[in-house]
Amino acid sequence: MASLAPTFGRGAMTNSWTDIKNTDLVVIMGGNAAEAHPCGFKWVTEAKHNRGAKLVVVDPRFTRSASVADLYCPIRQGTDIAYLLGVINYCIQNDKVQWDYVRSFTNAGLLVDERFGYSDGLFTGYDEEKRDYDRTSWDYQMGQDGFALVDDTLQHPRCVWNLLKQHVSIYTPELVERICGSPKDKFLKVCEMIGECSSKSRTMTSMYALGWTQHSKGAQNIRAMAMLQLILGNIGVRGGGMNALRGHSNIQGLTDIGLMSNLMPGYLTIPTERETNLDEYMSTRGFKPLRPGQMSYWQNYKKFFVSFQKAMWGDAATAENSFAYDWLPKLDVPSYDILRAFELMYMGRMNGYFCQGFNALLSFPNRRKITEALSKLKFLVIMDPLQTETARFWENHGEHNDVNASAIQTEVFELPTTCFAEDEGSLTNSGRWLQWHWPGGTPPGEAKTDNWIMAQLHLRLKALYEKEGGPLADPILKLDWRYKDPGHPAADELAKELNGYAVTDLADPADPAKIQIERGKQLPGFAALRDDGSTACGCWIYSGCFTEAGNQMARRDTRDPDDTGAFGGWAWAWPANRRILYNRASSDLEGKPWDESRKLLWWDGSKWTGYDIPDIAPNAQPGQVMPFIMNAEGSARLFALRGLREGPFPAHYEPFESPIANVLAPRIRGNPAARVFKTDVAQFGNPEKFPYAATSYRLTEHFHFWTKHVQINASLQPEFFVEIGEELAHEKGIKAGGWVRVSSARGSIRAKAVVTKRIRKLICDGKPVHIVGIPLHWGFTGEAREGFGPNSLTPFVGDANIETPEYKAFLVDIEPIDGPVA
Amino acid sequence: MNIQVSRRRFLQLAGAGAAATTSIAAFGHGEAEAQVAARVRNFKLARATETRNTCTYCSVACGIIMYSRGDVKKGETAEIFHIEGDAEHPTNRGTLCPKGAALLDYVHSKTRTLYPQVRKPGSDKFERISWGDALDRIARLMKDDRDKNLIERNEAGVTVNRWASTGFLAASATTNETAWATYKVVRSTGIVAFDNQARV
Repeated sequence: MASLAPTFGRGAMTNSWTDIKNTDLVVIMGGNAAEAHPCGFKWVTEAKHNRGAKLVVVDPRFTRSASVADLYCPIRQGTDIAYLLGVINYCIQNDKVQWDYVRSFTNAGLLVDERFGYSDGLFTGYDEEKRDYDRTSWDYQMGQDGFALVDDTLQHPRCVWNLLKQHVSIYTPELVERICGSPKDKFLKVCEMIGECSSKSRTMTSMYALGWTQHSKGAQNIRAMAMLQLILGNIGVRGGGMNALRGHSNIQGLTDIGLMSNLMPGYLTIPTERETNLDEYMSTRGFKPLRPGQMSYWQNYKKFFVSFQKAMWGDAATAENSFAYDWLPKLDVPSYDILRAFELMYMGRMNGYFCQGFNALLSFPNRRKITEALSKLKFLVIMDPLQTETARFWENHGEHNDVNASAIQTEVFELPTTCFAEDEGSLTNSGRWLQWHWPGGTPPGEAKTDNWIMAQLHLRLKALYEKEGGPLADPILKLDWRYKDPGHPAADELAKELNGYAVTDLADPADPAKIQIERGKQLPGFAALRDDGSTACGCWIYSGCFTEAGNQMARRDTRDPDDTGAFGGWAWAWPANRRILYNRASSDLEGKPWDESRKLLWWDGSKWTGYDIPDIAPNAQPGQVMPFIMNAEGSARLFALRGLREGPFPAHYEPFESPIANVLAPRIRGNPAARVFKTDVAQFGNPEKFPYAATSYRLTEHFHFWTKHVQINASLQPEFFVEIGEELAHEKGIKAGGWVRVSSARGSIRAKAVVTKRIRKLICDGKPVHIVGIPLHWGFTGEAREGFGPNSLTPFVGDANIETPEYKAFLVDIEPIDGPVA
Repeated sequence: MNIQVSRRRFLQLAGAGAAATTSIAAFGHGEAEAQVAARVRNFKLARATETRNTCTYCSVACGIIMYSRGDVKKGETAEIFHIEGDAEHPTNRGTLCPKGAALLDYVHSKTRTLYPQVRKPGSDKFERISWGDALDRIARLMKDDRDKNLIERNEAGVTVNRWASTGFLAASATTNETAWATYKVVRSTGIVAFDNQARV
């Protein structure tokens, strides 16, 4: 998500599952939809069957997605950027570019600061000490009029297009083969198939998941494909898009509502301590347009922010106290993400920790470090419908959890919660649909909803502050908590707050004598939000989900006019029930559909109309207002300015643990802008000792660590294993079904070996590279047999922008061992 | 608006002559057989309460229908005895994957958490504790830590209201409404080590 926002303006999947049927080419790279998202993958099958669409799979393993692909191309994990920049280079060299789209709707023509450059694997401004960049030069050239300079002919040597062309020129098919191990002929065939989608009447969709995010440069993997999709003119169109297949049922929602260290709902950001007051905070947000006439929708930032503060603190958030700005925490570091939190815990600087439906012991890298960190806590609170390993991190389970309970002083609470079947509310799927669901079963035992638990904690904490006082009690005492039953807020009450309501009577801006929305009424959408405290709204992008017309998320209209796949009356999609983001880009500059047979939104002479809610002002003049309304330029970004920490363009970097050195810049280990804690550097392994390239993955029979509690799934895949190719098995004398020990610089695990043809040796930089696959579904609770997971082995390092741990590429050694005595 | 599907009604309609367009006919039954099939189905589900939900696992968010004895909406005790794909759902159209198809076993898993438990420092076992005692104790621990470690002002004297010594990891399958309630409670305390599963 951290890569889509700097490119298009919003960090979310652009299209929907049902829209995939409209595509001509599906590229699955960085994911394995057939196994991880089987019922969504069905739409790939539909496209293949009904439209003759083709499927390309690029993956280190011959997955089940690959088994039904028209073309499978192997790749070494962690080299996707080199591969994709190679495809972009191919498209530019072979004129496979949707030129009208690139000229009109991207920043290809904008001129870049003269000081910006790239050499020896680094962009301008690098500070090796800080492992960070001074990003000053990553900017446009600005004119006297306050707008960015542009050359629409794309001739200027400093225009984005020419810088991009030069940047990708080194990624030749030969270099791609050398880095990625992908055979040149297969790579070129992939390029050819992708290149065909530069035609206005052909679209390609990208389906990816954690195979791209779980890298130290995950965001740039995704950006490389996002750029390719722009060059092909595939964003905002039916059957196109960047389709981020989120792992869990409500990851999208949790992120939208900003449950992250540095976020507030709707992708607003928590202030830093340099922003000492609201004016300073606002001075770096609320972007002014960078080109004339653009919507630059973040100009409305203050309306969203103030309405959020009103939803938090109600009457206590006033203009006089800057709407309680001081009550928000102010960050001293970019974020207290999970890696930093566990580093602090490991250092003994974290005392309490809550896991709400989260199995940290199996989810976070370098399990030994996680166990030690949890052991230093004073208290740990688990809320979960299942008995997790994290709740039992102190319990000895032999080699599968080798701890000494008496030495662990952490006080642990396990609180039973309801599961989906017993709970009410909405979940946001990958395609941004908010679907309401209803409870059908009575909770087992004494299980309670999370809403009840959170409310009880709040009320108790509040009572303690009322009784005893204490530092900064007001944000707790004055939290707006006006629910019918304060001890158990109902789902619809909370949903109404997310949507927003009028705090006072709202006057009609066109006729101030008239009241547009009465006090207390639900708002119709985010356009009604104001920055003077007269509206409250928990999450501005969700505004419209629960209006005076009722709960829009509960809609179940199955109609789909002309079978476009939009299903606009089924549930509700953010923002404003738009089903395909940036849909104005489905028509050319004049507003005429690129492809009549796949039209989506067009200009009817006076307004935008079509099968979807326009993702632009309905009367915005074509040719003037550009489709990417969240970006200050109005166009999508091939050059991402300062949006990402490691550069405005993606560049190839190896994983922190790689079987070969970075052939472009051998001195650079991993992503030069990724944060690494000192204690973890010492625990990186090298290929001399750990020669094999390991990766983690899911199996179709399991979902993370949940389904091992489910009898059927535990029977289908009962036992942990590792997967290796026949060549490696032969070399090491490992038998199919035999026992092996797999070790990394951080730990070792024991497993049965599955020897397959699905993994083959690759040749990278002249050297053979063997891949070891490690599925992630086992632990020591539930019905499946006790087993290990990849996190006993993986390194404690994350993506430079959002700190997603590098689970998909690390080094191990593997040896055959004697099996356990039966 | 909030249209709760009635599969019985749907199947009755199917039996009454629309069989050619229903999934039953698609299984190869003729019209007469479809009517019989629909009637048998109808019989089987006659006393079940049907509730619409979505699969708890991945982000495809397949529609499901849960069948229970008893109706929670009427305040009754309800036990879910069958879960199947929602044939009307635009994305999954009744299909479920190997995980979704086994959801019933998730709901009734032997390793569901049932009672609040506490594991005391150094102990090798969990012990039952009442909800009231557990929540009181947790609130106490929170307040003590917050009162001791909340950073109200940084060295420069700027108000920062930062509580960095307790963290909160939110879920990935809870509702948006729970997410919002959680956001309010956690942020009001000043917790900064706040995160969710999006990263992993």
